[in-house]
Amino acid sequence: MTSDGSAERLSPALRTEALEQLLTERGLVDPDAMDRLITRYETNVGPLNGAKVVARAWTDPAYRRRLLDDGTAAIAELGFGGPQGECIVVVENTATTHNVVVCTLCSCYPWPVLGLPPSWYKDPAYRARIVREPRTVLSEMGLELPGDVQIIVRDSTSEVRWLVLPERPAGTEGLTEEQLVPLVTRDAMVGVAKVEAP
Amino acid sequence: MTAPLSVEGPAAPPRSNGELVFAEPWESRAFGMAVTLYEEGVFTWQGFQAALIARIAAWEAAPAGECWSYYRHWLGALEDVLAGGGTVSAGEVTARAQALARRPTGHDHTHGHDHAHDHPDDHPH
Repeated sequence: MTSDGSAERLSPALRTEALEQLLTERGLVDPDAMDRLITRYETNVGPLNGAKVVARAWTDPAYRRRLLDDGTAAIAELGFGGPQGECIVVVENTATTHNVVVCTLCSCYPWPVLGLPPSWYKDPAYRARIVREPRTVLSEMGLELPGDVQIIVRDSTSEVRWLVLPERPAGTEGLTEEQLVPLVTRDAMVGVAKVEAP
Repeated sequence: MTAPLSVEGPAAPPRSNGELVFAEPWESRAFGMAVTLYEEGVFTWQGFQAALIARIAAWEAAPAGECWSYYRHWLGALEDVLAGGGTVSAGEVTARAQALARRPTGHDHTHGHDHAHDHPDDHPH
């Protein structure tokens, strides 16, 4: 720990500004490049990427096999990669098995396919409770699973980032890949929801 | 690559499911600094992550007090790895932040309450 009482009373906004000034003066960060990076994460890197991966897997059995075999490589085929995407493992939800993702220690998250994590994913209550009582937490989040469905909680480690391949909903057999993409939600790819037919 | 982005539907980035990526501007700067410095090789992601885990664990072990702020821990972890690597010391950050705090009013809204909770615009004037 590097803090003392007086330092802690300074707001994080002030400390952040101070740190950015010091790093900029040392040539370690370029504020304009940082602007571009932040804009990229605010506008381009998000769950739409993951939705494209899922829709491809639903419509292309060979791609689905590659995705489940080596998530990072299959996701890179669609042009998605970068920090927090070095080791993405994809797990498939079925009628009998339901995977749900958490990072109990910090909040690791597969940025290239889901963007940055929502606040509930980072919340101490979610991180602690989803491991102890997943069925209850999922129910509170609006997902009621039949009692015979096995729930597997996937806890991220320093290496693995999990992505859930949701079950394709019944009634979507006639839809194209492009039509399936908008149905796939971030929450379904974390495993706290199912994909609903339109 | 810049794929055409659908702006409707549940998968629409970046504010999918009605949520902002960053609640306050400083969070995005703290995020951007960590990613930039990692990409520049100033520290490893494993090192940063270990510092983040330590910060969060310390918060969870402490008696209830400071409200939860993920990016406050993120910033703390960033300061820890930079201090540990000899890049920027905590004292330097504190001194610069104190200097910034002495700017004429209108530059910040930090008057004595520093929790990054739900009321970022709440300032007693």
